Amino acid sequence: MASTEADVFDRLGRGLSALGAWIDDRFPMTKLIKEHATEYYASKNFNFWYGFGVIATFVLVLQLVTGIFLTMNYKPASADAFASVEYIMRDVEWGWLIRYLHSTGASAFFIVVYLHMFRGLLYGSYKKPRELVWIIGMFIYLSLMAEAFFGYLLPWGNMSYWGAQVIVSLFGAVPVIGNDLAEWIRGDFYISDITLNRFFAFHVVAVPLLLVALVVVHIMALHEVGSNNPDGIEIKEHKGPDGHPIDGVAFHPYHTSKDLVIVIVFLILFSAAVFFAPDMGGYFLEHANFEPANTLNTPEHIAPVWYFTPFYAILRAVPNKTLGVALMGTAVLLPFFLPWLDRCRVKSIRYRGWIYKLALTLFAMTFVALGYLGLQPALGNIPTYCLIFTILYFAFFVLMPFYTRIEKTKPVPTRVTW
Amino acid sequence: MVRNVVIALVLTLGLAGGAAAESEAELDAANNNIANTASLQRGAKYFVNYCLGCHSAKYVRYNRLGEDLQLSNQQLMDNLMFTGERPFDTMAIAMRPQDSARWFKVAPPDLSLIARSRGPDYIFTYLRSFYVSPDRPTGVNNIVLPGTAMPHVLWQLQGTQRAVFRTDEHGVEEFDRFEVVRPGELDERAFDEVVRDIVNFLDYIGEPIKRERQQLGVRVIGFLLVFLLIAFMLKKEIWKDVT
Repeated sequence: MASTEADVFDRLGRGLSALGAWIDDRFPMTKLIKEHATEYYASKNFNFWYGFGVIATFVLVLQLVTGIFLTMNYKPASADAFASVEYIMRDVEWGWLIRYLHSTGASAFFIVVYLHMFRGLLYGSYKKPRELVWIIGMFIYLSLMAEAFFGYLLPWGNMSYWGAQVIVSLFGAVPVIGNDLAEWIRGDFYISDITLNRFFAFHVVAVPLLLVALVVVHIMALHEVGSNNPDGIEIKEHKGPDGHPIDGVAFHPYHTSKDLVIVIVFLILFSAAVFFAPDMGGYFLEHANFEPANTLNTPEHIAPVWYFTPFYAILRAVPNKTLGVALMGTAVLLPFFLPWLDRCRVKSIRYRGWIYKLALTLFAMTFVALGYLGLQPALGNIPTYCLIFTILYFAFFVLMPFYTRIEKTKPVPTRVTW
Repeated sequence: MVRNVVIALVLTLGLAGGAAAESEAELDAANNNIANTASLQRGAKYFVNYCLGCHSAKYVRYNRLGEDLQLSNQQLMDNLMFTGERPFDTMAIAMRPQDSARWFKVAPPDLSLIARSRGPDYIFTYLRSFYVSPDRPTGVNNIVLPGTAMPHVLWQLQGTQRAVFRTDEHGVEEFDRFEVVRPGELDERAFDEVVRDIVNFLDYIGEPIKRERQQLGVRVIGFLLVFLLIAFMLKKEIWKDVT
């Protein structure tokens, strides 16, 4: 009996659905796909700002994959680390591309995450019922900072070395136990081979595990409450006869097809950096880091990589080291409390009063200004400017319960703007 | 709203930028071109003759040089490899760092990445800024790196020069100009060309893949633009029924 082509596909199809049913009896495969993709409804009016979540996930995967390939040739030992990076750059097939993807990816990760967080500030994504989504996100941000800090030592360049020396010595400012704590972190009296080894362990095993777990939890929490939207209204309050939100569209295929476009646009910009300016004029790869770590010679001007500089500027805003470290720590932790600092009931900036619009604009300017100041040597007027912008940074959070309470908001529509 | 934020950010950056002033030794632009293979070949020759005695380039392999600079193994052997190296060897030197540190006070740094850490303009200006200074052990000092341990290796080509300093209104002595003490084999323009070739070579060895990277970048972005168009059409098709 000759079977036609249609028969073959028919049998193949039946076989696959039998396999699916077999799996579903043992693992919630179809259930998970429905819950998180084909029947996860998100607002149809997402704008530009809503693209950074998927880009951040993409960059995370990119960093994990390129990181694995780098690990295959990198040597975490003070005598070999610098040379092994040059070996990757010169002798390993496509090693230069893997390394540049990873080093550019680090900066891209922070750009994307900062914009993703700013989106939260614009549209009140941290407000009830999404407080946990925000808090888990802040933990992701802290882990990302740790991941970047540990990774930055690995090339064992002179800036890696002295940057790590400066940052670890900050723990020395903790009262009483400070110096012992810094020594415990380094595993030595100064940054040495043993420090490099443990930072490598944290960078390639411990923190990535934590990051991936937190990202999964972040997305689970988000899918439980549903995504916010540029109007800051709950689409679940208006459901159609099919039980799905009228203003929402299924994550797959609607948002996935849109996210594909978003990721390609990101990749074009990312490729422009990777292929034409991988060191970004000394901001992504610092010039002093092309010299191997030298325990006797500091770079002319030690500054952390750009994504840490806003907090570095806050650290240097006051002449007292302990106070500076306390201020910096507080500055990093303050955003955790946003869901309760913001007393306004309206979520989206579209319907909020001028007070919050002004405060957020000032805050964005302050963050960029602090980032710039943190890159400069602490000479002349720089410490004064640091202090002024530090005060503005804190004012945004500390005064928030007051200025958001008296804010005059506009009426919020019941359905999304489309 | 978003537009206002962007405008405000640009203004902030401008203000903050005005607050900080840079002060470094003025550097002349090297204007080298790593696409100029002839210049790279000359630069390789000068580098081997004048620099490689004391400075290694330990991450650079001879056969990679040959490939990128369009030199055959025979040409490499005849022109660049004088001490029995094999083609796959790196540009290492026989001088031990302990010895050179004793002789010069500091071991001469490896030059594989000097163009990436200091920049081509720095090397271009540095190599042209040696001046006679009898109080130095080497008899010369340098405007770009005062107190440098390096002797004026290219003195036969450049000749010797003296630095003229002037005192500004605050009483601070600053460099004004060079005056020729004894002319060298080359005039100023020809000497600058030699230095430019050396800088070009150092720029190339700093990142041998640079030209290939840029060429590949054009193709990658070209592909992504086509992919973007297709993805965009797919998105439009899928979103057609969303009202």
